[in-house]
Amino acid sequence: MLELGFFYLFAGLAVISALGVVLSRNTVHSVMFLIFCFFNAAGLFFLLDAEFIGIILILIYVGAVMVLFMFVVMMLEVNFASLREGMSRYLPVGGVIALVLLVEIIAAAGSGVFSPTGIPDPGHAAQELNNTVEIGKLLYTRYLLGFEIAAIVLLVALVGAVVLTLRSRKDAKYQNISRQVNVRPEDRLRKVKM
Amino acid sequence: MVPLSYYLTVAACLFSVGIIGLFLNRKNVIVILMCIELLLLAVNINLAAFSHFLQDLSGQIFIFFVLTVAASEVAVGLAILVAFYRNRRSINVDDINTLQG
Repeated sequence: MLELGFFYLFAGLAVISALGVVLSRNTVHSVMFLIFCFFNAAGLFFLLDAEFIGIILILIYVGAVMVLFMFVVMMLEVNFASLREGMSRYLPVGGVIALVLLVEIIAAAGSGVFSPTGIPDPGHAAQELNNTVEIGKLLYTRYLLGFEIAAIVLLVALVGAVVLTLRSRKDAKYQNISRQVNVRPEDRLRKVKM
Repeated sequence: MVPLSYYLTVAACLFSVGIIGLFLNRKNVIVILMCIELLLLAVNINLAAFSHFLQDLSGQIFIFFVLTVAASEVAVGLAILVAFYRNRRSINVDDINTLQG
């Protein structure tokens, strides 16, 4: 009963804050709503015995990705209000598509295949079972190749982001390291006969 | 105990909200990226729910991979956005037409 209450709390707040992301006028508010949505989703993950993923969601998503969003939103000097013009023009088509999708998925979810008789609730994992250890065992054996590919994807994204945003400014003063290293005493010091 | 269908319903709601957001905020690239995050979050909730109810940890591993790809997508997407803003002083999707797509 307590678990169901928490489920409703997290799920309701997640959906409401998702609506806030979509509908809020200020983009900074959107980012804040998305952060709140991620916190609630982390709560849902905790209810599903996925503690490691929940913590990862908070640490990586809220701590890194959403802060990156926040930096970009605050750094760009854009009139966000003008970007919202013509918003209601797309509401009918988007609403119809999303509504059809929602009805379809909910009909599939409630069709009985996923009901407690179809897939019974296995109950929560034992207290002494460590989710992080179990994930580590699986990740470093069966999914080792995927893990390494994920590492390469992250590396490529890192380098790509730097390459895209790096620019050399003409007016900035840089050290020329090879010239610094190759300098000889004669270049710096000149003996003058008095 | 919470049945599996409840989790699937929540994920469906989040997914639909993300789709609506993609249609409503067609001009603002940042909100579009955030809506993609919402879609991926809905998928992650589904994966976690099935991982729990089928007692198979592979679902959580796949959440891990989805998170990796989503994080790198955001990093590259925002980098492209910043580079575009430097050139055009705008992030309007209608202005991104150099490739005549």
